[in-house]
Formats: sequence, C-alpha cells, structure tokens
Amino acid sequence: MEKYKIEIKNFNFYFGEKQVIYNLNLKVQANRILSVFGPANSGTTTLLRSLNRLCELNPELRYEGEILLDGKSIFDSRESVTQLRRRVGMVFEVPTPLPMSIYENVSYGLRLGQGKSKAAIMEAVELSLKQAALWEEVKERLDAPAMSLSGGQQQRLCVARVLALKPEVVLIDRACSGLDPISTAKIEESMSQLKKEYTIIISPHNVQQAIRVSDRAAFLLMGHLVEEGTNDEMFTNPQDKRTSDYVTGRFG
Amino acid sequence: MKNFKEKLSGRVFLTLALFSILALAVITIFILVQGAPVIGKHGFAFIAGTSWSPGNGEFGILPMIIGSVAVTLGAAVIGVPIGICCAVFMAEFAPSLMRTIFRPAIQLLAGIPSVVYGFWGLLFVVPFISNHLGGLGLSILAGSVILSLMMLPTIISISEVSIIVLPSTYKDGALALGMTHWQTIRSVQLPAAKSGIVAAVILGLGRAVGETMAVIMVLGNATAIPSSVLEPVRTLTTNIGIEMGYAEGEHRQALFATGIILFVIIMILNISAQYITRNKSKSLKIK
Amino acid sequence: MGARISQKIAKTLIWTIALTVIIILMAIIVFILYNGLRVINWTFLTEIPREMGQQGGILSPIIGTLTVTVLAVVIAMPFGIGTAFYLAEYTRGGAVTRIIRFCTESLAGIPSIVYGLFGLIFFVTTLGLGWSILSGGLTVAIMILPTIIRTSEEAIRSVPNIYREVSFTLGATKWQTIRKAVTPSAVRGIANGIILSIGRCVAETAAVMLTAGTVLTMPESIFSSSRTMALHFYLLAMEGTAMDKAFGTSAVLIILIFFINVVANALVNRFVSKGH
Repeated sequence: MEKYKIEIKNFNFYFGEKQVIYNLNLKVQANRILSVFGPANSGTTTLLRSLNRLCELNPELRYEGEILLDGKSIFDSRESVTQLRRRVGMVFEVPTPLPMSIYENVSYGLRLGQGKSKAAIMEAVELSLKQAALWEEVKERLDAPAMSLSGGQQQRLCVARVLALKPEVVLIDRACSGLDPISTAKIEESMSQLKKEYTIIISPHNVQQAIRVSDRAAFLLMGHLVEEGTNDEMFTNPQDKRTSDYVTGRFG
Repeated sequence: MKNFKEKLSGRVFLTLALFSILALAVITIFILVQGAPVIGKHGFAFIAGTSWSPGNGEFGILPMIIGSVAVTLGAAVIGVPIGICCAVFMAEFAPSLMRTIFRPAIQLLAGIPSVVYGFWGLLFVVPFISNHLGGLGLSILAGSVILSLMMLPTIISISEVSIIVLPSTYKDGALALGMTHWQTIRSVQLPAAKSGIVAAVILGLGRAVGETMAVIMVLGNATAIPSSVLEPVRTLTTNIGIEMGYAEGEHRQALFATGIILFVIIMILNISAQYITRNKSKSLKIK
Repeated sequence: MGARISQKIAKTLIWTIALTVIIILMAIIVFILYNGLRVINWTFLTEIPREMGQQGGILSPIIGTLTVTVLAVVIAMPFGIGTAFYLAEYTRGGAVTRIIRFCTESLAGIPSIVYGLFGLIFFVTTLGLGWSILSGGLTVAIMILPTIIRTSEEAIRSVPNIYREVSFTLGATKWQTIRKAVTPSAVRGIANGIILSIGRCVAETAAVMLTAGTVLTMPESIFSSSRTMALHFYLLAMEGTAMDKAFGTSAVLIILIFFINVVANALVNRFVSKGH
C-alpha cells in the first residue's frame, strides 16, 4: 500500500451559508508536484488555505471532513497550529514581503523560535535564498528593505522565506500570476529542484503552467473535484468532458 | 511558555479595554450621586425654572438650556455652510500651492486652545457687535461667531477628506455627461460625501455644546432668558465654569446637576451620531 | 447657458467666502503671534509670575502644563493603545466589544467641563489628591483616552491583512504576529495619535481649572497644585490688567502647539520610516 503525504477525506467547506467545496477526496504523494487548477472561484485557494489552517482566521468559515498529514489529522487540537504552519508553508498570489529588510524577511520564521544561534540563522537564510534562486542577486544587500526588490525578486524572497523553515509541504497559490516570464521561469525551475525535498501543491495561474511544472493534476470546478490524475492523463487524455473542455480552452 | 504568553497578551489587552467601561461608569455614577439630590428635590422645576439665584436657593436652569441651544444653533447656522464652502474650495478649487499652505494651517487651527478664540472674540467680535449692531456686544451672536470659528477647522478638514476620497470616476463621469464643475460638485460629489460631512458637522457641534472657557469670555453670562441674539446669555457649561470655583453645599450640587443635564444632552447627541455613522458604514458596505 | 452662469457665480462665491474665512482664521494666529512675540524673551520664559501674573514670567505655568501633559499621556497611553489592539486584533464583534466601543465613543463626546466636575469630585475630593498636578493629569488622561484609542485603532487596522497572514503562515503565534508584523507598521499612526492628544492636553483649560487648581508658585511635586498655561492665559485675559502677559502666554502656547504638530510629526516620520 502506498503511503501518502496528505489525504483529504470527505472534505466540505462553507463560507457562511455558501458551500465552496463539496465532498472532496484527494491524496497527495510525497515529493511530487500537484497542480490544483480550475476556473476562478472553484475553491482552489480555499483548499490550499485549508491545508495550513490559514482559513481559520476568518470566523465565518466552517468545514467538515478530515485532512491527514502523514496520517495524522491537522485539525487535531493537540497538534499546535503554529507547528502545522511551519510544516506546511505557503506562498501567496501576490508578492508579500513584510516591511523589513531582506534578511529579516527570510529569517522571520527562524527568529520566532528560541535558541537558534545567529550563525545558524544566517546559514539557513543563505541556503534558502540559494534554493529560491535569489542569493546571487541579493547577497550584497541583505539589509536593504525587501520592498526595494522587483516583483519577481519579491516573490522568490517569499519562496525563500518559506523554505527557511524547512517545511515538508509547500503550498503555492497562483504565485506567478503577476510576474514577468523570466521570474516565472526561475520560480518554476526552482520548483522542480525543490520537489526532491518537499511535497509541493500549486494552484497554477493557467493550464500551461500546470502542464509545465506538475507531476499530477487535479481539476476543480465550482467546488467539485472533477478528476485527478497524472499530467498525461489530465492534459492529453482526460476522462471527463468538462476537463477536456477546460484544458483545451473552451471555457475558463 | 509560548501558550502562556499567548493567553496573557489577550487577557491584558481585554483588561486594558475594560478600563473605558469602568471610566464611563465611574464618571456617570459620581456626577449622578452629586447632582441627583438637587434634581430630586426641585424636580421638574430644576429644568423648567426660569430663575437661577443660588443665594436664595432658586435653581432653575431653563435660561441656560435655552442659552446652550441658541448659541449652538447660531454656531451651526454660521459655521456649517461656511465650513462646507471652505471644504469644497480646498478639495476642488484651491491651487495646489494654496492647498499646501492652508492644509497644515487649518490643522494647526484645530489644535490651538479654545481660549485663544475666545480672547480674539473679546477683542474684535464683541466691540464690533457693540459698535455696529448695538447692545453690549457680549451676546449670543458673539458666542455663536466664536464657536463657529472654533469648529470650522474640524468641519473643513473632515469634510475635505470625505470629498477627496470619493472615487474619481464620480467626478469624471459627471463631467463627461456635460455637467459644469459646479453642477458636478452640487449634484454628484456633495451628495456622495454627505455622510462624512454630516459626521464632521456633528463632531463640530458636539465641541460647540461642550465648549466652556471660550464662550465665558464673550457671552456676558446673564442668567435671564434672552429676547434677542444681541443679548447676553449663559450656557450650561459656562454656568458650571463660572460658579464652581466658589460654590458650596446645595449650590455646588446644583452645578453637578447642571452637569447631568449637559451630560444627557451630549449622550443623546452621541448616540444619534453613532447611529448615523453606523448607517454610513452599512451603506458603504453595500456599495 | 444658465448652467455656465451659475457655475461662474458659485465659483466666485466659494472663492470669496473660503478665502475670507481662511484668512480670518489665519489672522487670529498672526495677530496673537505679532502681539505676543514682542513680550517673549528669556526672562519671560524663566521667571515665576509675580503679582498674580501681572509681573514676571510664566515659568511655573510652563512647568504645570508640561507635567500635567506628561502625566496624562503616560497614564493614558497603555490603556489607549491596549484597547486599540484589543478592538482591532482580538475581537470580532460580540457584546463586550459593542459595550467597549459605545463607552469609548461616549467618553469622546463628554465635554471637558464635565470631566472637570468628575475630576473634582473623584480625584480631588474622594481620593483626597487635592488640587494637584496628579489630579489634573489623571482627569486629562481619561479625557484623551478616546483620541488615543481611535487613532491607534485606525493605525492598526490600516496595516494590510496580508502581513498577518504571512506571519501566521511562517508559524508565528497571534502575539508574535502582532508584535513583529503588525506593530512596526502601525507605530507611525499610533505616534501621530499620541501627538494629537499631547496637543489636546496642552490646550485644555476647563478640566484642569477644576482639578489642577490655579496656584502660581512653582510646583514641588505632582501633589502640588499648579496653573497651566492655557488657564493662566484665560485668567489674565479675563482680568484684563496684564494684556501683554496674556499675549505672550498665548503666543508661547501657539508656538508649542505648532512645535508639537509639525516638529514631532517630522521626527516620527524620520525615525519610524525604517523598512518602508
């Protein structure tokens, strides 16, 4: 029997009275890139934000069902939510540098815990900036405000900031939607490097990106999981007509 | 340790926030306890009585209620249209150089002590009224002029902001329909900025009702019911400000009772203001 | 045609009224400064008033103003900023929040003379603090509390929500998020609110008259009674026997308020702009 990194079981999600995810079942293998794609308002962002319980910040939201990380429920109250978010990192749709220096941004999560030496933090900052393909561009000016970077650099900074925490899963929410092609290429390239160490779930900003980066893909439509499979299955030979309509660009 | 800090911080903030409730409660209780006996003893005659003569044990504050209402209304009549006028000027007409000079100046004016306005009124407004309109000059009119000047900076700056923050599409759309600039201001921008302007006016009026020292200087402070705007008058606030220094016994309690009436009037104003601003935020959400 | 005429009339009218009023308002400042600056010199600022303020300087009212202000702000700041954080970060409505909000807005509307009455009966009489800088400071502290709460809450709310979300996704707790991600961005707005309330303390007259008293001698401690500058100016202007001193005092007041508004804001902007 294959072991899965994440298992989502009978998951329902409500925003007030409105249901946004319907009875979703999905398994994610470790060290793979899974694309969760679909037209706007299909529930992809909501799903990603459920996986690190970020959705709980909104009091009107409610969920039913189960999400397991390494076989253990992420909603288990004994498991601390801050610990969960360190294991399941997230990169947002728009670049979100905090108003502090580059170094302070990348080391933000590291400095929260106690007992890390300055040298260890610096080492982790350098490593994660290298992983995010940003080190060469910023190594001379780590004390510069993060806001002074270009949009693409900012987004790679956000990737580095997540990687610095050595998460097990990285969620990337339409992370390249506003970026230039070069930055997008750099981020996508680093993603394929990163899957050796991490499990990556991405909500791609278009079908082409899903085809380029992912190993498997899941198509979400109006909160329903239409189908899920390998890239080949999904993009060259989809079983469901709605999937083929969407990937061939008939709607969406 | 982390969890402890988490819980502690929430509790500490809540405790600090509860202080406001405590403060309002203690203020209300202490003023009530001091003033209520006089209201209880004189009953309706305290509010409706026309004679204030502490030496003879007569405590009727109707003249002061009339005084407060008259001076505040006068200030509103003078200050509100002029204030909106200035706000429109600042937001729509003023060249940018003028704006960069006037804006900080108006902010500074909002911060200078009210007694400075009163002093200026005493030196200019009072003699002007006395020379050109007759009477002593110390009058409802003088008080209204001073209060309107005092609330102008508040009304101007808040109203200006509520015009400026309107989406530029409102103005562009109206101009594109062939309206003149003035028609656009009158029929599109001012109505759209209404709730902000109303809030500004209420805030300004609240200050006017509550102002004490500036108006003591120009009102003349007579305790009779005035028959024209050129006559001296006393307001609820000035009644307290003038006599608290030497009041004893029942007289002192009567001043606290005056405070209760003032308090009630202000609370009614506050609650209606809160009601209006709450409706405002609702209507904004629908947009 | 009619529209263009009314446009012209309205524009002219607004220009005239607005310029007249703004010039009158600014004339008040100029008039006070013109008459007051002639009186201000070193001795005026460093001597204690003599003969009920008709002679000498205004050193003790300056000290009175500064001590009452510092006390009031130091006392009000933790409560004000704490309440703002509670309202902006820790609550999502509910009965307690509604009551807190109602109370702070009501406190904002209470006239200063009523604060004076309260301070007189509570701090001066009931708590036995007497007419003193402490009584005045405590009274004014409650008075400026709503200003601090409102401006701080606005500053905290204007911090983009994404900063909080980022901080949470990096494994920060709520308290860590507030301390490290929210506060640095809100500090400038909070400081502006504090400056605004410092200005209100300096300008306050009615409440301090009933709580800090009118004594002109140098205060020895916060338990001494002391006259503030605004009150000193008021009393001089009302007596009308030492107009030069009144002008001088009011000019010092206006300069102080100007200094607080402009210079303090500039300082805040300069030192709190790191990272932006």
